[in-house]
Amino acid sequence: MIPETVSVRDGTQPGAGAMDVFLLQVLNGLDKGSAYAMIALGLTLIFGTLGVVNFAHGALFMLGAFCSVALNKLLTLEKIALSETEMTAWGTPLEIRTPYAEAWFGDFGAWVIDWSVPLSILIAIPFMLLVGIVMERGLIRHFYKRPHAEQILVTFGLAIVLQEIIKAWFGANPIPQPAPEALTGMMDFGAAIGMDAGNVVYPAWRLVYFLFAAAVIGAVFAFLQFTTFGMVVRAGMADRETVGLLGINIDKRFTLTFGIAAVVAGLAGVMYSPILSPNYHLGMDFLVLSFVVVVVGGMGSLPGAVAAGMLLGILQSFASMNEVKAIFPGIDQIIIYLVAVVILLARPRGLLGRKGVMES
Amino acid sequence: MTVEQSKKDKIMVIGVVLAVLLGPIILNPFGAGYPDLLQKFVIYGIFAIGFNILFGLTGYLSFGHAAFLGVGSYSAVWMFKLLSMNIVPAIILAMVISGLFALLIGFIALRRSGIYFSILTLAFAQMSYNLAYSVLTPITNGETGLQILHGDPRVLDAAVEDGALPVTNLFGLNMNATADVSLLGMDIQFNAGYYICGLIMIVAFYIALRLFRSPFGMMLKAIKTNQNRLNFTGVNSRPYTLTAFVISGIYAGLAGGLLACTDPLAGAERMQWTASGEVVLMTILGGAGTMLGPILGAGVIKYFENIFSAYNESELMDVFSFLPHWLQELVVSVSSLFVGEGWHLTLGVLFMLIVIFLPGGLMEGFNRLVKLARGGYRKDGASASAAGKVTAE
Repeated sequence: MIPETVSVRDGTQPGAGAMDVFLLQVLNGLDKGSAYAMIALGLTLIFGTLGVVNFAHGALFMLGAFCSVALNKLLTLEKIALSETEMTAWGTPLEIRTPYAEAWFGDFGAWVIDWSVPLSILIAIPFMLLVGIVMERGLIRHFYKRPHAEQILVTFGLAIVLQEIIKAWFGANPIPQPAPEALTGMMDFGAAIGMDAGNVVYPAWRLVYFLFAAAVIGAVFAFLQFTTFGMVVRAGMADRETVGLLGINIDKRFTLTFGIAAVVAGLAGVMYSPILSPNYHLGMDFLVLSFVVVVVGGMGSLPGAVAAGMLLGILQSFASMNEVKAIFPGIDQIIIYLVAVVILLARPRGLLGRKGVMES
Repeated sequence: MTVEQSKKDKIMVIGVVLAVLLGPIILNPFGAGYPDLLQKFVIYGIFAIGFNILFGLTGYLSFGHAAFLGVGSYSAVWMFKLLSMNIVPAIILAMVISGLFALLIGFIALRRSGIYFSILTLAFAQMSYNLAYSVLTPITNGETGLQILHGDPRVLDAAVEDGALPVTNLFGLNMNATADVSLLGMDIQFNAGYYICGLIMIVAFYIALRLFRSPFGMMLKAIKTNQNRLNFTGVNSRPYTLTAFVISGIYAGLAGGLLACTDPLAGAERMQWTASGEVVLMTILGGAGTMLGPILGAGVIKYFENIFSAYNESELMDVFSFLPHWLQELVVSVSSLFVGEGWHLTLGVLFMLIVIFLPGGLMEGFNRLVKLARGGYRKDGASASAAGKVTAE
C-alpha cells in the first residue's frame, strides 16, 4: 500500500507556487476520479442497455479487488523448511519460509510475486466476465419488466450476499496489497513536464492507475464506436424494439454488455487494491458515490459518467485542502453530495443527460 | 369505506393491541421475551410504519430515512442532558426537530421522483452522517457518541443526582423497571420501557391506519398509481407528497427518540445508509403498502439479528446432534456460515428470495395461503375464482 504522505496531500511544500498546488490537487483527484469513472461507466452501460439499476455494481468492484488478493495469496503459499545450521534464539531450528513460486521458478517466481497486482488482471478479466454473465442470465434477466424499486432491492440483496461471502472467505480485516516494487516510489511529476523539481511529487502507482483507467475507458468507447457489435449495442440503447424487429438477437448482446460492465468494474478494483487495502465493504463505500456520479453525469450518458467521475474526484481533492477546510469546515466530507444536490436541482437530467431517460 | 372494511380494521387494531400487551408472554417460548429485544421490536415497528406511509402509499423510495432516526436520537439525548430525564420533553423535541429536518430535505428532494429522489435522499443522509462525524462533533460528540454525564445541567431534576447516572423515566416511572413474574412455568419479564414504547406504537399504528383510510391517503395512493394523470386533472401533488414525507420523518424521529429513551446514547452510525437500507428491508419483507406488514418485517429482522447472531458453532453441533456424525459436521459447517457473524448473509438471501418470489412481502404470502385454503375448503364460486386468479398471476 502506498502511504499517503501528508506533505503531498496538503500541497504545502515550501516554494510551491499556486500553479504547483493546483496541479497537485488535480493529480490527487485523478486516481479516485478514475475509479468513480470506471464504476459509473459500467453502471451507465447496464442502465442504458438493460434498463436495470444495478446496486450490486460496487460489489463487482470489490470482487475485482479480491481477485488480486486471491492471486497474491495463492502465489505466496509458503514451503517451510527447517534450517540445518542456523538456530533461533530459543534453540529450535530456524524455519526458512520460501513461497512455492520462488522455490520452483527462482527469480521468475519472485518477479511474478512482485507483479502480482497487475498480473491479476489476467485472472480478473475471464472471472468477472463469467460473474457478469451468470448474474445477468441467472437473476437480472427476470427483472427487466419489474419496477425500478424491485431491481434496486434485489441487487441490493445480492450485494449483501456477495460481500458476506467474501467476508466469510477472506475475513473482515483489510488485506494490504503491495504494488510492484518498481512502481511504489514517488515520481517528480513537475520535473517531468519542465517545472521546478521537487514541488509536484506524486506516488507513481496513482499515475499508473490513472493511465490504466484511461486505457480501459478508451477501449470501451472504441469497442462501442468502431465495431459492428458496438454499433448494434448502441442501436439497441437507442431503440431496443426496432433492433429486435430487424432480426438481431439483442438479448445476447446485452448479456455480453453486462459482462463487459462487470469486467470494467472488476479491473478498476484490481488496480485500486494497492491504493486502498481491499476489505469486504469496499464496494458499498464506492457504490453510493458512483451512483451520485452517474446521476450528476446524466443517467444514460456514457461520456457524462466519465466526465462527472473525474470532476467529482478532483473537486473532492480540492475540498480536502487545508486552506479550503479552514473556510468551510467539513466541506471535504460532503462536497460530492452537495454538488449532486445542486446539479440535480439546476439541471434535472445531469450534466450530459439525454431526454426521456428515467423520466416517467 | 365499506362496512366490511371498517370491521376488518377493528379486528386488526384489536389484534395489534393484544399482540403488544401479551408480547412478553407470546414471544417467551421463542427466546425473544427479554425487554431489550421487545423494545427494539416495537421501536423499529414505529420506524417501519412511518416509512410505509411514504413508500407504501406514494411509492417514493427514500434511501435516507435513517437520518431522521439519528436526528431524533440526538435531540432526545440533548433534552436528557439539558432539561430533565423525563422522556416526554425528549420525545416531543425529537419529533419536532426531525419534522423540521424532514420538511427541509423533503422540500428539496421531492422536486424529483423515481431514482433521482432515492439518490437525493441518500445524498442528504450521507451528508448528515459525515457531518455528524466531523464538523458537528460539538453537538454529536463524534465517534464516541452522545451520552448523558454527571456534569450535565439538567435544569429540572438536577437535585436527583447522586452516585449513579440517572435513569430515563416517565414522571417517576423508570424505563428500566421490570417485574419478573412466573406464569405457566415461564419466567416472564414485564418491562415498563417496553409497555411505554408499545403503547406509543399502538397510537402510531392507529394514526397510520386512519391516514391510510382517509381522503388524504387516497390521494397518496393516486400519486403512486399515476402521478402524471393526477397532474393532468389539475391536482398539485407536491403538497401531498411533502406532507407524507414530513409525517414519515416525524415517525422516524419518534422511533429515534424512543431508542434514546430506552438507552440514552446516540451515535452517528444510526444515520448511516445501511441503517436506511434496513428500514427499506423491513417494509418490503413485511409487505409495502399493507398495514401489518412493516411491523411484521421489523419484528422478523430484529429477531434474526438478535437470535441468529447469537448462535455459534458448538450450539449448532447440539442442534444437529440427531444426525449421523459425518452429516452433522457437513450441515454444521454449511449452516455456521449463516449464523453468528454471518447473519447478514441470511438476511441478504432472505431478502433476495422475498423480492424474487414474493414481491408483496410476507403479507402477500399469508393472503395467498388464506385464499388457497378457503378455495380448497368451500369450493364456492367467488373465492375459488379469487384463488385461481392469484395462482394464475
